Amino acid sequence: MVMCQVTMLDGSQFPCEVEKRAKGQYLFFKVCETLNLLEKDYFGLSFKDNTDQTCWLDPLKEMKRQIRNAPWNFSFNVKFYPPDPSQLTEDITRYLLCLQLRQDIASGRLPCSFVTHALLGSYTLQAELGDHDPDEHRTDYISDFHFAPSQTREMEEKVVELHKSHRGMTPAQADTQFLENAKKLSMFGVDLHHAKDSEGVDIMLGVCANGLLIYKDRLRINRFAWPKILKISYKRSNFYIKIRPGETEQFESTVGFKLPNHRAAKRLWKVCVENHTFFRLMTPEQPTKAKFLTLGSKFRYSGRTQAQTRQASSLIDRPAPYFQRTSSKRISRSLDGAPVISVISDGSGPEGGKENGRDPALELSSDSKEDEEPSDGAAAAATTAAASNSAEEDADESEATLRKSKLRVQGENIYVRHSNLMLEDLDKTQDDVLKHQASISELKRSFMEATPEPRPSQWDKRLTASPATSLRLQAQGKSPPRMETFLPESKDVVKSADDKQKSEAVAAATAAQPVVEIEETVIVEEVRKTPKPAAAASEVLEVQAVASQEPQEAAKVAVEEKKPAIEASISSDSESEEEAEYHPQTTSVSVEQIKEEPEEEQEEAELNKQEPSPEPEPIAVAEPEIAPAPVPVQPVVEDGTPNAKEEAQPVVDVVDDGIVEEEMMLTPDEAPNGYSAEDMQGLGSLEEEEQEPRMNGDASHVETEHLPQVICCSEPPVVKTEMVTISDTFAAQKTEIATKEVPIVHTETKTITYEAAQLDGSGDGEPGVLMTAQTITSESLCTTTTTHITKTLKGGLSETRIEKRIVITGDSDIDHDQALAQAIKEAKEQHPDMSVTRVVVHKETELAEDED
Amino acid sequence: MASLCPYGRFTHAVVRGIPESFGKAADGSGDATSTDLAKAQRQFGVLMGALRQKVGLQLIEIPADSELPESWRIEDVAVIMGDTALITRPWKQQRRSEVEAVRRVVTELNLSVVEMGVEEGGSGGATLEGSDVLFTGREFFVGISKHTNHRGAEVLADTFRDFAVSTVPVYGGFRLKNICSMGGPDTIIISNSEGARKTLRMMEQLTDHHYEVLTVPEDAASNCVYVRGSAKVDYLLHPTAEECPNSVTAFQKLPDYTLLPTACSEASKLGGSLSSFCLLINRKPHAY
Repeated sequence: MVMCQVTMLDGSQFPCEVEKRAKGQYLFFKVCETLNLLEKDYFGLSFKDNTDQTCWLDPLKEMKRQIRNAPWNFSFNVKFYPPDPSQLTEDITRYLLCLQLRQDIASGRLPCSFVTHALLGSYTLQAELGDHDPDEHRTDYISDFHFAPSQTREMEEKVVELHKSHRGMTPAQADTQFLENAKKLSMFGVDLHHAKDSEGVDIMLGVCANGLLIYKDRLRINRFAWPKILKISYKRSNFYIKIRPGETEQFESTVGFKLPNHRAAKRLWKVCVENHTFFRLMTPEQPTKAKFLTLGSKFRYSGRTQAQTRQASSLIDRPAPYFQRTSSKRISRSLDGAPVISVISDGSGPEGGKENGRDPALELSSDSKEDEEPSDGAAAAATTAAASNSAEEDADESEATLRKSKLRVQGENIYVRHSNLMLEDLDKTQDDVLKHQASISELKRSFMEATPEPRPSQWDKRLTASPATSLRLQAQGKSPPRMETFLPESKDVVKSADDKQKSEAVAAATAAQPVVEIEETVIVEEVRKTPKPAAAASEVLEVQAVASQEPQEAAKVAVEEKKPAIEASISSDSESEEEAEYHPQTTSVSVEQIKEEPEEEQEEAELNKQEPSPEPEPIAVAEPEIAPAPVPVQPVVEDGTPNAKEEAQPVVDVVDDGIVEEEMMLTPDEAPNGYSAEDMQGLGSLEEEEQEPRMNGDASHVETEHLPQVICCSEPPVVKTEMVTISDTFAAQKTEIATKEVPIVHTETKTITYEAAQLDGSGDGEPGVLMTAQTITSESLCTTTTTHITKTLKGGLSETRIEKRIVITGDSDIDHDQALAQAIKEAKEQHPDMSVTRVVVHKETELAEDED
Repeated sequence: MASLCPYGRFTHAVVRGIPESFGKAADGSGDATSTDLAKAQRQFGVLMGALRQKVGLQLIEIPADSELPESWRIEDVAVIMGDTALITRPWKQQRRSEVEAVRRVVTELNLSVVEMGVEEGGSGGATLEGSDVLFTGREFFVGISKHTNHRGAEVLADTFRDFAVSTVPVYGGFRLKNICSMGGPDTIIISNSEGARKTLRMMEQLTDHHYEVLTVPEDAASNCVYVRGSAKVDYLLHPTAEECPNSVTAFQKLPDYTLLPTACSEASKLGGSLSSFCLLINRKPHAY
């Protein structure tokens, strides 16, 4: 048991004993109980971290892990300032809001004119002292009150004068009047953060109920309402918002700001996420349940939204609770004494500190998987303790799988790499990486023995449920490069596919889950490429590993640590993000959007044609659906193919900042016989009709009897990349924009990769025929999911490979191991018929931050 | 708090007579031959009459001073909102002495006076002219122009802390109020020129509020003076049909307004407009 001290809004101290491992909400509820407060969603507990920054105590996480070494001192504050306090149900809530605002005003955090100071002060007097009594209230009676940062005699006189005019007003009325005036102040509820713009000019970013405000000095120079913002992200100390194009603009734009440090960027990001959710959404964003590879790193506001809390408080049915309005004297004194004030006075204020920057655990919404990962340090140590945090099931499963594969596969290699590279040398990265070799067995063991997590995550469940497919993990860390060359990657994928086996059809099967992420837009791109030699491109590295159809392959685990330059990853983001629209609440939106794009539909049609055999083959089914709505696709895939072997390669990149990138590659292989033939035919027809450009296969491979369509093959082995989707164009542009904006920062990147054993080498030299390739990008406020699906024909076999990359801009530290394990599980669950060939977890952190 | 009152409630107007030197700017930029002094004075007289007799404001007239050829543009030298008057620092050195008489008047009116000039040390180079300031009742927009810079806007923001102060670009050498003005508590009248549309877009981007926008085809028509009369009558002083033939119909769309066409053709030759002539003040005790 630990004794906590909570500073209440009236300046009093509330001591409370809590379990050492108690979560934030325990203490919060205790405080609310003491206050007799029902409308508690507007409030929160804050604390000072060891850098003296004010942070919000996360209710769902252990207090101890949040405060770390700081003392157990908290402060009860308003977290979300209701824009219209008159809509609060209870007087006691309004009273507490008044107390907070009095602090804000007295500390200067909420600037007011002289007149307003006087007016608000007079309401304070009326509320706390009642009617002005000339006998009792001599002129100095108010000198104990603290109305303004600099309080003058003149102001006090004005306050008294106004106080006299409030005669007859009840305390509750006075509070209401106070709030009605305070809410009109332009800085009411605005949480300011210091930052610099792209030109290095000092500005302030203000987060409020309506959106994001940009100030230079006291001047408002820009404003981004929530509806205008498509995406919020941060990377290292940079904070980005992607803006919806205006009526006259064709493209989205991304605006970047430089925060003082990584933690500040993270804090700002969290505040934005929370405010957006609270004020703009009807219900909190569904954590990650139905999502694809969701890693725990996604922070979400887990409380009720304003809409929900209003609804809830409309049901409050109790007599107005009695409460004692404490004299402001106490407040003012405590303010003078400073503990209270200090908390408030620093620019960040309660809102500013919403997140606990240091919380290692990832925040998911309540139900979400537990993403509590070990601290960054773990990442480095990932080698030793892979998946330490991953859930038991995860571990077990993966273990099982791994073992299987082990058995079958002979040589297993574990690579541990450490390198400090600047991303600029993308190509070199891999080569430059230092390798540390450890015995595979060790690695595996540690990986397997990962500590079970308390609650099974979604992933875990799914994974467990999934049929035993061979899991092949191949780890190669190099997410950032991938990101940049997303398209190239797809090529790579194709290549690898080729490598593997004979005919590989890369079909775009969206791994998308039945439920698409809220706010996500899915964009489907088609990429057609000719198979290249996989090994050639450095970028390709990851991809190469891709799909080996045989379950038995050896698992290689490579752990790499790198410090790549930021640019790569960012650019990659932008690439994949094309055209996402921000639909906060609509689940269906993504689907609709997709439909809107005619090209995609075409794809659908094509796909259908291609794959006549619907049910038995996951591919066939999946493809048609994919184009229209990623959602349905996934289930289909799962149901799918009895025959086909699928390989799922989830690649998970976790960036310290909270950027998690996951790539999943699923490759179902179809048996040469039945379906494939059909497919082939279908494909052939398709090709004839529409796909001429697409065909890049090797003629030789394609030739296989089944495919007359080989026609395509006839085309030169040159890789052609076509972006069929409308979005493509946009994508390119966006990318450019984003890239420009990205400053180069030194960062540290850690990557863990698990890779299934490579297929027989045969594939390398010989490219298959790429039948289809599809990239689907979905984006939410903090997440970008890119799904790349390729179907390749090689010989008589078709192979579908699904590669997923999820970039999560997160605040908390992500545990590579867990992320990896989750990625595998998720992948497996989603595509039981496919095998996982590779998972990469990549984490990037600002160097300075790492040292924390 | 003045923010409680919707825009348009005024009790007083401060004006300053047309000097003999009208049109002869000290820097010689004004073309004396193009302006008609007598006509300008006539138009000024008509304006005063409208404000006093039609709208019902108390008029305070500061005598003309021919040493100060531009002193009739009294709007530039002070920004008054509620009980506070910010005495500005005009861009032109020659104009800075115009503030003295105005300062005296607002002091007599018991407004609390804030000096931009005295902050000169800290705000070195701050310049601001009232014709670049649009107060909507909810917030301030400050046009960054030749005459008004960011430092000036900062001083304004520091003076009126209750309100958001947003800076917007002004194009074509205009001042903000050459292209827009308030036409009601939530109505902005704005020119349809390209520059004005750009400025309007920026204003719309920056504001938390929603305004009705009345677009007029001529720049000259975009500067009007709106006053909410004591009998809840909406008065709008606007340039005459002669000056802006295409815009008159737009004004007639305003429901139940009392339209007061008021000529200011001479002033507009010098870049002035109706609002340039007066400082509007509300000295009624606020409805706290």
